[in-house]
Amino acid sequence: MAFRPMVGLEVHAQLLTASKMFCSCPVKFGSEPNSNCCPVCTGMPGSLPVPNRKAVEFVIRTGLALDCKVSDYCRFYRKNYFYPDLAKNFQISQYDEPLTYEGRIDLAVNGEPFSIRVRRTHLEEDTGKNIHLSDGRSLVEYNRCGVPLMEVVTEPDFTSADQVREYLVQLRRLLRYLGVSTANMDEGAMRCEPTVNLVDEAAGQATPIVEVKNLASFKAVHDAVSYEIDRQHWCLENDAEMQQETRRWNETEAKTTVMRIKESADDYMYFPEPDLVPLTPEREWVEEIAESVPELPLARERRFVEEYGLPQYDAEVLTEDKQVADYFEAVAATCGDAKSASNWVMGDFTHLLHESGQTPDTCKLQPENLGKLIKLINETTISSKIAKDIFPTLFEQGTTPRQLIEEQGLAQISDEDELGAIVDAAIEANPKAVADYQSGKEKALGAMVGYVMKETRGQANPGLVNQILREKLSE
Amino acid sequence: MPEVTLDEVRHVAELARMALSDEELERVRRELNRIMDYFAELQQLDTEGIGDTSHAIPMTDVYRQDEIGDSLPAAKIVQNAPDSIENFFRVPTFMEEE
Repeated sequence: MAFRPMVGLEVHAQLLTASKMFCSCPVKFGSEPNSNCCPVCTGMPGSLPVPNRKAVEFVIRTGLALDCKVSDYCRFYRKNYFYPDLAKNFQISQYDEPLTYEGRIDLAVNGEPFSIRVRRTHLEEDTGKNIHLSDGRSLVEYNRCGVPLMEVVTEPDFTSADQVREYLVQLRRLLRYLGVSTANMDEGAMRCEPTVNLVDEAAGQATPIVEVKNLASFKAVHDAVSYEIDRQHWCLENDAEMQQETRRWNETEAKTTVMRIKESADDYMYFPEPDLVPLTPEREWVEEIAESVPELPLARERRFVEEYGLPQYDAEVLTEDKQVADYFEAVAATCGDAKSASNWVMGDFTHLLHESGQTPDTCKLQPENLGKLIKLINETTISSKIAKDIFPTLFEQGTTPRQLIEEQGLAQISDEDELGAIVDAAIEANPKAVADYQSGKEKALGAMVGYVMKETRGQANPGLVNQILREKLSE
Repeated sequence: MPEVTLDEVRHVAELARMALSDEELERVRRELNRIMDYFAELQQLDTEGIGDTSHAIPMTDVYRQDEIGDSLPAAKIVQNAPDSIENFFRVPTFMEEE
């Protein structure tokens, strides 16, 4: 069959502003109902919205990072509909004049590159929340109403569910890098609505476009898109009727069901919001925003592989979070050993961060001090075992490793005479191991190394101990 | 100026969630057509070279800084509502659509 999937994606992301989009109420979650509200966000007559400059900046920044053009003239529109999640009976959104447009992002799945065109990024206001009671009534509260919401819309360029998931993973990372959204799907800070249909370009045929809703995780998006592609193929093969509709993903049954059929009542009667004047982002401002766009995660990931010679896996993990990537680079710069820096940052450091609920920026251990610790290991001043032992203390206190080593007398013993004497004692104390070793049992050496380590509280240079032991035993 | 048709009136009524009887539909159609006559008059004006205008004041780029201000007490927010409970608005239940 010549039909292939054609999937587009609308992603909504709540912006990390302090105040709402059109009023100065706080963006705060978990408050008492209707306690973060004012006449503007509850649509009281006579109130006037004023746009939050930071929210506009965030949308432009995201658009620039997605290679979009920035409009030099755009307006807000009223999207009219009857639904009490907005008190005004309309949502302030954008229509045919988005803030940024015509971008693209280059990605890959399993080494297969693909490109997605970004149609637009625009700004709108979030809606309130409803609680439906069993007595035929609903409760409505507007704390979330008016929170700035960015919409990122792609062209229908995805051809598989895997591509959709990869895009979402990369978009989430991008939004976090840019500092514009937490992009947490489970908290509803990022929401996603795919449109799915099948096309046969040669025959000029296509199935009706289906929009899928109720997707609360990347896995749900992936599975729903995959299901919908299969369902439409099945409909084609079995001559089943299809129509343009919105379908709801049912997580427990792993299938989509009809939610509503597109009809003429979907006409939102968009018209320019008369209470808001047009936006004409001035060139200097846009340039300023462009300069604030950091090196993007995908580019950084590639650089980590090329510049530091890191494995792809390390590069991916380290660049997931901007603070972690920055921290790693500072550690690597101090110790000059990128792979060790990567191991420490991904391993013990991340472990303690999570355990203590801190971030690289808030923790006491400066990256330079972790770099110095790695240097001390590489210079064999301390063993890696001791380094691991003292790491929690370093992490907690933020002292320099040299200071801690001196305080605790932990420097590695690399003095041949001093070690020689202890090795002699080890040989003396382990006659059986000596005999085993001399009859060819290489492993027997371990018992004597262990003895030396115990005697020196782990401070003996293990390489040197091995060397001296072998020399003495072959004498 | 093309006449407003009954179908158009029905469509607009549906969008506005208004239930109109046949007589009302016809009356609204006549009234809308009278309003359209005024637009016909406006259409005689020469608007060559003038873009679509949504705002009467030539003003752009009015912003506020991202600063938190005072909200109203929740009790005040719901005080005009026909029905409320524990500072929630309470309404007849509605279909979850969007």
